Amino acid sequence: MVSDPTPSCEFVADVLAGRTRAVARLMTRAEAGTDECRPAMAEIYRHTGRAHVVGITGVPGCGKSSLVTAVTQAIRAEGRTVGVVAVDPSSPFTGGAILGDRIRMGDLVGDPGVFIRSMASRGALGGLARATLDAVDLLDAAGFDIVLIETVGVGQDEVDIVRVADTTVVVSAPGLGDDIQAIKAGVLEIADLHVVSKADRPDANKTVTELKQMLMLGLRDAASWRVPVIATSAETGEGIAELLAAIDKHRTHLSTDGNLADRKRRSAEARTLKIAEDLVRRHYAARRDAATDALIDQVSNRKLDPHSAARQLLGTLNSEITS
Amino acid sequence: MTSEDDKIRVLIAKVGLDGHDRGVKIVARCLRDAGMDVIYTGLHRTPDEVVSAAVQEDVDVIGISLLSGAHMTIFPRVIELMRDADAEDILLLGGGVMPDEDVVELKAMGVAEILLQDTPPAEIVATVKRLVEERGPR
Repeated sequence: MVSDPTPSCEFVADVLAGRTRAVARLMTRAEAGTDECRPAMAEIYRHTGRAHVVGITGVPGCGKSSLVTAVTQAIRAEGRTVGVVAVDPSSPFTGGAILGDRIRMGDLVGDPGVFIRSMASRGALGGLARATLDAVDLLDAAGFDIVLIETVGVGQDEVDIVRVADTTVVVSAPGLGDDIQAIKAGVLEIADLHVVSKADRPDANKTVTELKQMLMLGLRDAASWRVPVIATSAETGEGIAELLAAIDKHRTHLSTDGNLADRKRRSAEARTLKIAEDLVRRHYAARRDAATDALIDQVSNRKLDPHSAARQLLGTLNSEITS
Repeated sequence: MTSEDDKIRVLIAKVGLDGHDRGVKIVARCLRDAGMDVIYTGLHRTPDEVVSAAVQEDVDVIGISLLSGAHMTIFPRVIELMRDADAEDILLLGGGVMPDEDVVELKAMGVAEILLQDTPPAEIVATVKRLVEERGPR
């Protein structure tokens, strides 16, 4: 049954028509990082920008997958469609991954208005995988109204999501850390919306209060977005409708005060830079020859400083990458 | 369509009223340690859910673990749904405890391989790799 694979470009029309197999296959091609799919993905990109991209982030085990499931059900109840890209970590030792976000999303499966894709981080830092945004583009172009990105469980500093999502939801579980944790810089700062999950637990109120107090320390003018703190329980359904209303309200806020264009531009910038960085790494890894070895040797022997070597390296790689 | 990042994707599922998932978790772990991306769906899935998830995830392999004795009902249903979804390029593997004569029949229906309870982990990994390679790029 070995046959020549279908060229990626032949999937584009089917993606735009919302056909699952085509969307899924192009995601795999983009994830594999082949150059073959790039013209197809370039065409897809021209059809994006319509979906509301919502990032959901938080520490491991704080309830992101359960929240994604509950929010997706609420969105579906209103008749809108949802794409989900759920990122889980790859093993740093073997490169393999167990992607378990679907375990908690079982109730969503079988609904044609929901497309869930699990993705391994493959060593990318920052909470996303390299191909996450390609997957988001495909879901956007396929016509999904809202695309939810569930990041890997993050620590305090993995904040890539804020550069790519229109709306960022930070999930905190009750009982983790005191109020000093809440005024530290990092993940908590990037929230457009705070969610305190597992609100059915007795200590959830304390976390809500701490987050609200943290937010009151920040200065803002009357017109700026007021970050809400919403207590939710995927178990009882508490707060889910309120959260969805807040997500929609944030999108409206962005489009009325002009920040949406700013965010989209910031996302375009971050993405372009990231790809440039990846291209440099890939071409360097592929080329590693005597000349680059000699360059690294010079740095290692203190004959050349790393800055000058990096500039020389860029000069060499430049012609290859752009050709 | 190969590249350094071209990983084998496997969806591992428990279907029906079968709550024993220790074995399937070990299998998932072995495949992960062999560098594959393994999507685990959890317990009590329906054939419908498994096939629809496999299509969205664009996996190379569906692995269904069955210890309940319902294999002669569940596998034909999965195969039928895969056909309906135009997803016959996905390899279907079964694992668990089944009589030898059922294994013969299941393979005739289109299950690529049945790995019984005494299969060593290394052989599971080797079988998945071999079958994906034989199928070729898609």
